[in-house]
Amino acid sequence: MAAKLILSMDGAVIKEYPLNKERMTIGRKAHNDIVIDNLAVSGEHAAVVTILHDSFLEDLDSTNGLQVNGAATKKHFLQNNDLIEIGKHKLKYINDQVSQTSSADFEKTMVLRAPVKTSSEATTEASGFMKTQINTPTDAQIERTGRFDVSATVPVAPTSVEVVAPTPAVPAPTVAPPLVAVVQILTGPNAGKELELVKSLTTLGKPGVQVAVLTKRPHGFFITHVEGVNHPLVNGQALSDQPHQLNDHDVIELAGVKMEFYFKG
Amino acid sequence: MKINEALEIVSLSNPGMVRSHNEDSVAAEPACGLVVLADGMGGYNAGEVASGIAVSVVATEISHRLQQASPVARDVESGEELGLQLLRDNVRKANASIYQAAQSQPQYAGMGTTIVSAVFYDNRAVVAHIGDSRMYRLRGDVLETITRDHSLLQEQIDSGMISVEDARLSKNKNLVTRAVGIDADVEPEIHVHDVILGDIYLLCSDGLNDMVEDEDIQSTLYAMQGNLPMAAEQLVQMANDNGGRDNVSVILVKVKGDFAVPQGWWASLMNWFKK
Repeated sequence: MAAKLILSMDGAVIKEYPLNKERMTIGRKAHNDIVIDNLAVSGEHAAVVTILHDSFLEDLDSTNGLQVNGAATKKHFLQNNDLIEIGKHKLKYINDQVSQTSSADFEKTMVLRAPVKTSSEATTEASGFMKTQINTPTDAQIERTGRFDVSATVPVAPTSVEVVAPTPAVPAPTVAPPLVAVVQILTGPNAGKELELVKSLTTLGKPGVQVAVLTKRPHGFFITHVEGVNHPLVNGQALSDQPHQLNDHDVIELAGVKMEFYFKG
Repeated sequence: MKINEALEIVSLSNPGMVRSHNEDSVAAEPACGLVVLADGMGGYNAGEVASGIAVSVVATEISHRLQQASPVARDVESGEELGLQLLRDNVRKANASIYQAAQSQPQYAGMGTTIVSAVFYDNRAVVAHIGDSRMYRLRGDVLETITRDHSLLQEQIDSGMISVEDARLSKNKNLVTRAVGIDADVEPEIHVHDVILGDIYLLCSDGLNDMVEDEDIQSTLYAMQGNLPMAAEQLVQMANDNGGRDNVSVILVKVKGDFAVPQGWWASLMNWFKK
């Protein structure tokens, strides 16, 4: 299904425009793809460039400018449900095409090919090839190498979503509610300092000398000895070479410094 | 220092959390400083076949040749070093093999693969790639991508159409503009990089960089530089923890010593005595 723009004024829908051309113009004059007959709108006000599943909005040096989601913009990469304002008119951008990255099937890498490519062109292909793709997307082909039939190449109009028809999204991995965990230093010159474990990996120590890492994983926090002669202690017990899951109020000792791990709630 | 002593190499390949097949292939030939990684595409098991052919052609052919010849030997006609020449020729040879298999056997029709491969010699890394498998370099605490994807998205970034930040939101991921085995011939992109002691090189399939932010790759490599096998496991684990929607493969190469090829008559003589 193609992405579309829904034109409305004062909450009343006027018309829907599927984005089925590579470039669609918005303006007051009659030759535009989306005509908004209002004096606040420039003759050629803006353009929407669509490449496969992505659309870009561009101001064509209009007198009164463009707003997207309340902010003035010259150029904008449109996202689903973006609201474009031109004077009193509103254009809502709808693109419920499931993102390629949210479905296993979409994620199959595909080869995008120019219709004719001789080996002599291949060396200098990059820029020229891009031109072919962008300016005349209908001439290009996407080859689904993920399919069995080599002839199953589908001409790609910006709208031809058959190429990557929506399939049920992959069930999201079950993720525990985000926990805020903290390490507080108990001894030494930095005693009292707190370190929130927000990143997926937090380093303790110095690379090349003594390092342990605290990793944030979907099912909890782990401490792992990476390098150094002395393995860190957790509650007085030396760590093995395996990751060790941390529990609330565990006491870690690394290079003589004690620190406490706990969940903030 | 001999190349196999100067480099520490670790490789790991994992099907991820969603896919049943692993279409990635990896290989390392420490004796000649060669690493190669490929991410195959194609129906049924054709993806594995394509990446498998690519990796085995490049690994066996190059290591075989470098057993008898020096990678710095220059070709009389082109003036090119053997190491670079071998890399380019064998990526093209892999391309021809896959293309022929795809043409002759219907179940392999349309298969192809990305490839990223490096030959380390004389304190340099010669890197060839096709498609969106990447090579990164950690130098000091700075992580850089030293290959540039052959993908629609990268071309859009290059032409200024989309910013690097916006590119993360793009729905046009996974469209490569160049691949091995799709056409009768292919031109690999090849660059030569100087190597510094302590550098860590990461070759990976897009199953890593699509799932794990560069920032997290950087912090992992930096923190775990003293324990390369653990770093590789951590990278794969992070990709899987974030959903693991694709096969994920990594090869890590750490530069632990000087591996300059001795120059001049004295060095040659010493080298001769060592044999």
